[in-house]
Amino acid sequence: MEKILEVNDLHVSFDTFAGEVQAVRGVNFHLNKGETLAIVGESGSGKSVTSKAVMRLIPNPPGRIKEGEIKFGDRDLAQLSEKEMQKIRGSEISMIFQDPMTSLNPTMTIGKQIMEGLVKHQNMSKSEAKERAIELLKLVGIPNAEGRINEFPHQFSGGMRQRVVIAIALACNPRVLIADEPTTALDVTIQAQILELLNDLQEKMGTSIIFITHDLGVVANIADRVAVMYAGKIVETGTVDEIFYNPQHPYTWGLLGSMPSLDSTDEELIAIPGSPPDLLDPPKGDAFAPRNPYAMKIDTEMEPPLFKISDTHYAATWLLHEKAPKVEPPAAIKKRMQGMAPSEPIIGAKDGGKNV
Amino acid sequence: MGRYIGGRIISMLITFLIIASLTFFLMKLLPGTPFNNQDKLTETQIVQLNDKYGLNDPVPVQYFNYMKNLLSGDLGVSFQQDGREVSTIIGERIGPSAYLGLQSLVVGTIIGLFLGIIAALKHNSFLDYGTMVIAVLGISIPNFVIAGLMQYWLGVKWQLLPVAYWDGFAYTIMPTIAIASIVVATIARFMRTEMLEVLGQDYITTAKAKGLSSTAVVIRHTIRNASIPIITIMGPLVVGLMTGTLVIEQIFVIPGLGEKFVNSILTNDFPIIMGTTLFFSLLFIVVILLVDIMYGIIDPRIRLAGGKG
Ligand SMILES: Nc1ncnc2c1ncn2[C@@H]1O[C@H](COP(=O)(O)OP(=O)(O)OP(=O)(O)O)[C@@H](O)[C@H]1O
Ligand code: SF4
Ligand SMILES: [Mg+2]
Repeated sequence: MEKILEVNDLHVSFDTFAGEVQAVRGVNFHLNKGETLAIVGESGSGKSVTSKAVMRLIPNPPGRIKEGEIKFGDRDLAQLSEKEMQKIRGSEISMIFQDPMTSLNPTMTIGKQIMEGLVKHQNMSKSEAKERAIELLKLVGIPNAEGRINEFPHQFSGGMRQRVVIAIALACNPRVLIADEPTTALDVTIQAQILELLNDLQEKMGTSIIFITHDLGVVANIADRVAVMYAGKIVETGTVDEIFYNPQHPYTWGLLGSMPSLDSTDEELIAIPGSPPDLLDPPKGDAFAPRNPYAMKIDTEMEPPLFKISDTHYAATWLLHEKAPKVEPPAAIKKRMQGMAPSEPIIGAKDGGKNV
Repeated sequence: MGRYIGGRIISMLITFLIIASLTFFLMKLLPGTPFNNQDKLTETQIVQLNDKYGLNDPVPVQYFNYMKNLLSGDLGVSFQQDGREVSTIIGERIGPSAYLGLQSLVVGTIIGLFLGIIAALKHNSFLDYGTMVIAVLGISIPNFVIAGLMQYWLGVKWQLLPVAYWDGFAYTIMPTIAIASIVVATIARFMRTEMLEVLGQDYITTAKAKGLSSTAVVIRHTIRNASIPIITIMGPLVVGLMTGTLVIEQIFVIPGLGEKFVNSILTNDFPIIMGTTLFFSLLFIVVILLVDIMYGIIDPRIRLAGGKG
């Protein structure tokens, strides 16, 4: 499998008046060609900061990439100059943001907003760019594209705006698309349409996607692999099947337990107790320990390394250490693990194993 | 849009008539008559003059006559200047005032926008703090103090510029600075806030994520959106500018409308007071309408709402 993007030991901090907020603390992940990697985690776990760091869009000050490598082809994005990054942004790596109501310029026609990138990266003339913009609007499913190209964002509904945002992001055929909670602000039916559109476009254009969300239900619909993030670190990563049917990290159990699913009418949703740690002063040991009913003594003293479960599946929890006591995951999770048949409970799941 | 403007013009006319009436009655409350401070006149002469100008009629009758004349476009004649037409006097005086006002507005707006943009782009730097100090000074120091200081240093001490009067471009520089200082300060501060606000918006991140250069992001996406709200303060700013002109024209002895207005109040020259007040009011009302229309043209969201209404 060809890796298109590889992030190694990424650290991002924000220098605030209160001190250094360590938003991302040593993140490792990679993205294979043509696949969709979902990054999931609670609010504040550092998903957006990680993705903005890849685009080098962390505002500085107060933010800075402290260390780490962002390998894209043979280049390290963490080291590129702003000018070089501008050539990559929007042409090789693009980004879609959470709220389509605010991510479009309210005083510029959507046509112009799509054309900007084309003119900049592909040296198109105005008329060529306009033609391509109309093509793109059709591609993302906006009816009457010719007529609507001169309209302003407020003349579109939320779902339609997100389609416009997707058109902007895909304008130059980027190799990587980072979607930061692209459906969170939309209502459920529109969400499904946008997910379908993204799946569709990925098939047509072969784009690799990093899909950020805190909704595991969405993950099942779109991702090939999943990285679970907690307090600025990736605590478990694996294929969709591995994460859904054989989760190893108690935090992943918590996330899965708090996810409503169609077959869970008889079970209660379990919320993860407590709240994420203060990243101004991250705890020693495992950051999840204070919220973890399975925590052991070592957890408060030493950070767990990533334990390998399979070639594609890793988790950072001492529970996987050979000397750790055997613990049972919560009943609901166990039930899922026992019935480990991908086609069963998750409706509309992508063929999770296809890229492994 | 057409219906919207039509409605606005009707409400403007009503506003104007209300202002005219209010001014009329307020003026009647001024102590004295236009003639009693001219010691040379005898009692009988004053009575005769009052009769001639209808000042002995009951106030409602005077009001009725005044409004009737006003609606037929007649502003009356000056009491002090041998019965010359008020409209002629306003016409003579408007030139220097309009020139000074426009020059101050244009220069002040350009400098203010420039400072505000620089301050925001260099947020929390020396340039930012420097600009804000200028802005605070510009707002807090009254323009007549600035005028006085300039007259003393630039005019008298260093003899760089003429101290007063109205005789060519050099004479406009100090009054323009004095009047424009508040414009510069207000706009710089406002623009800085708006720029910072816009720079934090999601669509700016979108623009950056497209790979646009920082210059393109600032010019195409930031400045335009940041300047839209500026238009809303242009109305009050122009009003402040006009009142500023009243004092500044006095200080620099500029033969403008402001100077005439102040003197007409001192001499109870009722028709001139009425005429200039109404003239200024009309100007305000028109400026505010223009600002609203401009807002609608620049901001597409309002354009739509206007089209519906
Ligand atoms: N400009 C900033 N200044 C200081 N701290 C910041 C800044 N931006 C982000 N952070 C901190 O970084 C941490 C991670 O934030 P991030 O936005 O990446 O979370 P997230 O996982 O995307 O959450 P959400 O699901 O809410 O989008 C948070 O603790 C946040 O407080
Ligand atoms: S390492 Fe310890 S605290 Fe951390 S998740 Fe595993 S068991 Fe819980
Ligand atoms: Mg986020």
